[in-house]
Amino acid sequence: MQALLPRFCAFLGIVLLLAAPLARAQLSIEITGAGAPRMPIAIAAFPGEAALGPGITSIVRADLERSGLFRGLEIPPLAPAPTEVSNVNYAEWRSRLADALVLGSVAVRPDGRYEVRFRLYDVVKQASLGGVAYTLSKEQVRATAHRIADFVYEKLTGEKGVFSTRIAYVVKRGNRFELQIADADGAGEEAALVSFEPIISPAWSPDGRKLAYVSFENKKPVVYVHSLLDGKRNVVANFRGSNSAPAWSPDGSKLAVTLSREGGSQIFLINADGSGLRRLTSSAAIDTEPRFSSDGQWIYFTSDRGGSPQIYRMPAAGGEPQRVTFEGSYNVTPRLSPDGKTLAYITLNEGKFQVALLDLSNRQVQIITDSDRDESPSFAPNGRMILLATVLGGRGVLSAVSSDGRVKQRLTVTAGDVREPAWGPFIE
Amino acid sequence: MRAVIIATLTAAALVAGCATTPEEQSPAKVEDRAAGKPAAVETKPIARVDLTGKPAAGSPLKDPNNILSKRSIYYDYDKFEVKDEFRPLIEAHAKYLRENPGAKMLIQGNADERGSREYNVGLGQRRSDSVRRALMLLGAKENQIESVSLGEEKPVCTEHAEDCWAKNRRGDMLYGGEY
Repeated sequence: MQALLPRFCAFLGIVLLLAAPLARAQLSIEITGAGAPRMPIAIAAFPGEAALGPGITSIVRADLERSGLFRGLEIPPLAPAPTEVSNVNYAEWRSRLADALVLGSVAVRPDGRYEVRFRLYDVVKQASLGGVAYTLSKEQVRATAHRIADFVYEKLTGEKGVFSTRIAYVVKRGNRFELQIADADGAGEEAALVSFEPIISPAWSPDGRKLAYVSFENKKPVVYVHSLLDGKRNVVANFRGSNSAPAWSPDGSKLAVTLSREGGSQIFLINADGSGLRRLTSSAAIDTEPRFSSDGQWIYFTSDRGGSPQIYRMPAAGGEPQRVTFEGSYNVTPRLSPDGKTLAYITLNEGKFQVALLDLSNRQVQIITDSDRDESPSFAPNGRMILLATVLGGRGVLSAVSSDGRVKQRLTVTAGDVREPAWGPFIE
Repeated sequence: MRAVIIATLTAAALVAGCATTPEEQSPAKVEDRAAGKPAAVETKPIARVDLTGKPAAGSPLKDPNNILSKRSIYYDYDKFEVKDEFRPLIEAHAKYLRENPGAKMLIQGNADERGSREYNVGLGQRRSDSVRRALMLLGAKENQIESVSLGEEKPVCTEHAEDCWAKNRRGDMLYGGEY
């Protein structure tokens, strides 16, 4: 039974984290729908964690629970408090109904930084699934907790976790528009851009360092690329007429944009530095909301060339468009899942704008939300969740729904209208 | 000693020169003129270059009794044709643009809040393009007018009802200096 003596740290990861923002938890998350049976997991308090301020284990637990796949167990204070080097009494944890267990500790290093060590156990198989050690400053508690949650999530589900990723969204407070960047759990919000004119359509560069967006600061829509680290902004498309709907190519070298410079709204390809403009669509219709497939082969877009707005696709180099959506009179805002198998979009369903998923292999359509003013769906980089904007009580809020429609979450901001969410990529 | 004399002479010459100069420039010339034919008073006009672009005070664009002070065109749901009731307004602005070739106009098309923000940018563009086309058919020059879209982003009315949406399905004509 006790044959599996925990060996000390299988590997040691020293992580250099970007300076974590002050945790000003402006968004709060509420899980509004439960999913499939959730795996019960015990995350024992790490001895020494009180020194770090916000409870690192409670952030790990909240992350895992938010995925809809885990249920954190309540654990009474244990004496002696177990750590990653303790012998694990599997029978005892089984009796607490845990399928998985996380034990760890926090120590102060001689340089004043902290060291967090943890180990994950499969209680059913009575086996260690590995562990990691991180050094961190007090400001990096949240980022560290997200990394621990990512480790646990990946070991137990076989998929990469998205707890360390970031989201972008726009908040309208009074007459101010703020382009905000926050952790995937909505904490640590930081404004990248504040303006008295609207900002729409933020799109993350594939490396997560830049955002393309549309700003109306010149009394018309202009496409910018904004470097998040230094705040440098470059105009990518400011042609006569309107410039909007930026979408990155998977290699980050180009953007598809919608321009009205030649009349109407048509899709063009432009290099990320604003050079090399090339027209892709040529119709008398509105062609907009381009989105590359993750293999870079296709551009999906919205067009009303058939009389009502529907989703089409064309080869990324340009070419004859094919219609993709057929059911309903209003299907817009195509967003491809990271694996390219599913298309999320907004459909008008009995007077309600809702998120629909189209299985591209069998053409099955499923509506996965029950709200009525949904906009801007955005896949998590692992494809499990979809972030979207909707309206609740007359106010814009963000919502997240699992791609099977079973888990729903709401992210609310204390004051202001939230809209235009975009889930950022994995950060290596 | 010799140097002192030269210096003195030089100074004397300068003083003498100074004294004689005013006498050479004659007040007499004035008398000459008065004696001859009267000269016409000429004032050369100054060509004003106004980079502020603001229409000067008293401009018909600012006169509330002038149709040119009206700038908005409203549209039906999902429509972008300029309705007949707005023809006189379009004609008046086309005439102004014809008669003021230096005048520049920005047309901002707007959409109501329903549906996709980017598709609504497209709808607003269709509306501003239709105003631009109508003005050009009546003689305004292409380079005088830029048509753009604000989509659903700048509503003048924020209730979630048709009354409001009708006010937001709008094209606004702005002249240089007004935006």
